[in-house]
Amino acid sequence: MARDSFDEMGPAGACRAPYAQIDRWLLETPTETMELKRREAEFIFRRTGITFAVYTEGGDPERLIPFDVIPRVLDSHEWAFLSRGLEQRVKALNAFIADMYGEQAFLKAGKIPRELVLTNPGFLKEMVGVEVPRRVYTHVAGIDIVRVAPDEFYVLEDNCRTPSGVSYMLENREVMTRLFPDLLTRHRVKPVSHYPDELLETLRSVAPRNCKADPTVVLLTPGHFNSAYYEHSFLADEMGIELVEGVDLVVQDLVVYMRTTRGLQRVDVIYRRIDDGFLDPAVFRPDSMLGVRGIMAAYRAGNVSLCNAPGAGVSDDKAIYTYVPEMVRFYLGEEPILRNVPTWRCGEAEGLAYVLDHLAELVVKDVAGSGGYGMLVGPHATAAERAAFAEKIRATPHGYIAQPTLALSTCPTFVASGVAPRHVDLRPYVLVGREIRLVPGGLTRVALREGSLVVNSSQGGGTKDTWVVDA
Amino acid sequence: MLSRTADNLFWLARYMERAEDVARLLDVGLRMASLSLESVADESEWHSTITAAGCEESFYAKHRVPSAQAVIDHLTRDPDNPSSILSCLRKARRNARTDRTGITTDMWEAVNAAWIEARALRDEDFALENIRHFLDWVKDKALRFSGAAGGTMLRNDAYWFVRLGMALERADNTARILDVKYHVLLPGHESIGGTRDYYQWTSILRSVSAQRAYHWVYRDRLKPWLVADLLILRPEMPRSLAACFSEVVRHLDKLAEAYGSRGECHRIAGQIHARLRYGKIEEIFQQGLHEVLTEIIDQNIVLGREITRQYLS
Repeated sequence: MARDSFDEMGPAGACRAPYAQIDRWLLETPTETMELKRREAEFIFRRTGITFAVYTEGGDPERLIPFDVIPRVLDSHEWAFLSRGLEQRVKALNAFIADMYGEQAFLKAGKIPRELVLTNPGFLKEMVGVEVPRRVYTHVAGIDIVRVAPDEFYVLEDNCRTPSGVSYMLENREVMTRLFPDLLTRHRVKPVSHYPDELLETLRSVAPRNCKADPTVVLLTPGHFNSAYYEHSFLADEMGIELVEGVDLVVQDLVVYMRTTRGLQRVDVIYRRIDDGFLDPAVFRPDSMLGVRGIMAAYRAGNVSLCNAPGAGVSDDKAIYTYVPEMVRFYLGEEPILRNVPTWRCGEAEGLAYVLDHLAELVVKDVAGSGGYGMLVGPHATAAERAAFAEKIRATPHGYIAQPTLALSTCPTFVASGVAPRHVDLRPYVLVGREIRLVPGGLTRVALREGSLVVNSSQGGGTKDTWVVDA
Repeated sequence: MLSRTADNLFWLARYMERAEDVARLLDVGLRMASLSLESVADESEWHSTITAAGCEESFYAKHRVPSAQAVIDHLTRDPDNPSSILSCLRKARRNARTDRTGITTDMWEAVNAAWIEARALRDEDFALENIRHFLDWVKDKALRFSGAAGGTMLRNDAYWFVRLGMALERADNTARILDVKYHVLLPGHESIGGTRDYYQWTSILRSVSAQRAYHWVYRDRLKPWLVADLLILRPEMPRSLAACFSEVVRHLDKLAEAYGSRGECHRIAGQIHARLRYGKIEEIFQQGLHEVLTEIIDQNIVLGREITRQYLS
């Protein structure tokens, strides 16, 4: 598989320009030094407490995501192309969400089957007709991108609810700066460390209509048992805002307050990192211990902003995904810059027939699944596994989509056997408030097992620093 | 500041201090036990250590006899004992982790490193013959934490809550350490003022690192009422009750100033402090050392409750 893939550094002897110095550096640096640096990086991560929790397996509940010390490099032209495409796509996604909770013009124009939206678990009827500041629903979007050729990028998935991982983008850079100061200076890598400032500006720009003064912004976390808790505390710290849990907040007369050592203090904007269902036990899951009773009423009254907005998930489900190019055309009157991976909808008769006939070539995904769970990688599955999966697809065809197995690009990666190509993807973060902001870079995830295409951290993936360099 | 954050900081400091204090208590126990010859007396020393640590209930729920190893295990690493050193370090780390944003990197690293190293300890590290190393290690970690707090925190409410927790816990511990002496029975043929009595008082001094301080302050040979004076009333002795409560009052005053209001906790703290500041050791011995200490421990508990009511909930 790796042989057929596009390697971003290029084949031996024909190194691509952005990687010229990396190539030289790899040749000059002995394996022992790399191993030493790798261990040093691991030590820094563990000491700073940058861990994530995996609950499904035994062993250490606080684990490190493996970090690869060889950076992934994009030149400024590649980045300019990506950022134009990302900006366009996220604009269209926001327009779509606003439309679904408003006029529903996209439905009326027959661009998408009504039931796909209206019965979608991400669609919250409680959000219909709610006045949302600046009509922005997804303020922080993480768009997963894969590459198959020098000029061929595809969007694999949109994450419009509460995408995580941005702290790795920041910490990876921090660690690289400590380990290889020379290499960074020589490359003139564009900085990413201002992301928290950009995020705070974004959040402040969507203050609720009844906020007349300087808005008080907080980050709402499910608490330290959450796998992304480190990220929550890191971001709150970097932005200089309070990291609150549901128990710290209380709603009185449709206004949200936090309990402080001085008494109650009004809260205007909440960057929430808990799922829709847990936000408000009075409206959604009544058993939620993580949320705040009455917060939705305060939101509807224009006394508090929730970021990302509840119900933003209606745009990022894998079945809706296939309609995003059409959203770009419909709302913006433009041709999409970033392409979708060709996708078959099992809910449609031709799609289903094709998928069942070509299971061995396709990746089939549960439209509601995430984190690499609930999917079938056809070429890597046994005949029995494929047969079992075919049964599941026939039972609920609407629940599945299928895509060709893409030959994801590879990047040089330091593994047990030395430096070898491994498949990567990229998650840039797009901030939407008064304007759209991107920091040059993102989170590169890498499948550390040879030939593997699954980059998820829960399934043996690691991360790399992502460099955007002048060229 | 969030009340929950203040609560975390307060308890983080208390647990780190408690880890150190339990180590110091065990140190007294070890020193006293090493003076014993008869096995009965030996058990009495270990019983007194458990009592002074306030762990009688949890200990006797699992053990019939206070043997050296059983007491050591219970106070150092028993997960069923909420005040065991490892329980304290675990809870301190949990508090620190919940409030990474409220503490400095140096404080976090002190707590986290302690926890990571603690998890690597083996059974033999807790054996009687090796336990001194462990106790020194605990003191080391707690001092590093306290140093990190003092050296890196902004002087604002977060800092005052940390110092408040530390001072309150330390006061509790000093009272308890002194009380060990009350619980230790002198063997029948030994008299008050005898050799054993003398060494027991020395053990107490050493456990709070105050032997040299004693000689510096009194320029006198060791006298029990002077040891009590040093640890209860002398303001220059950093672990004395007077010094601890003067800190408690100072930090509570800072908070009252910053937030512009005072409460019941301020009144109680002032009351305890006044009693210590103007007290005389003769009067304390007249009322009974054990009775006075018990009263202070109880008042301290009420004070903790009032602080929680005012700021932490």
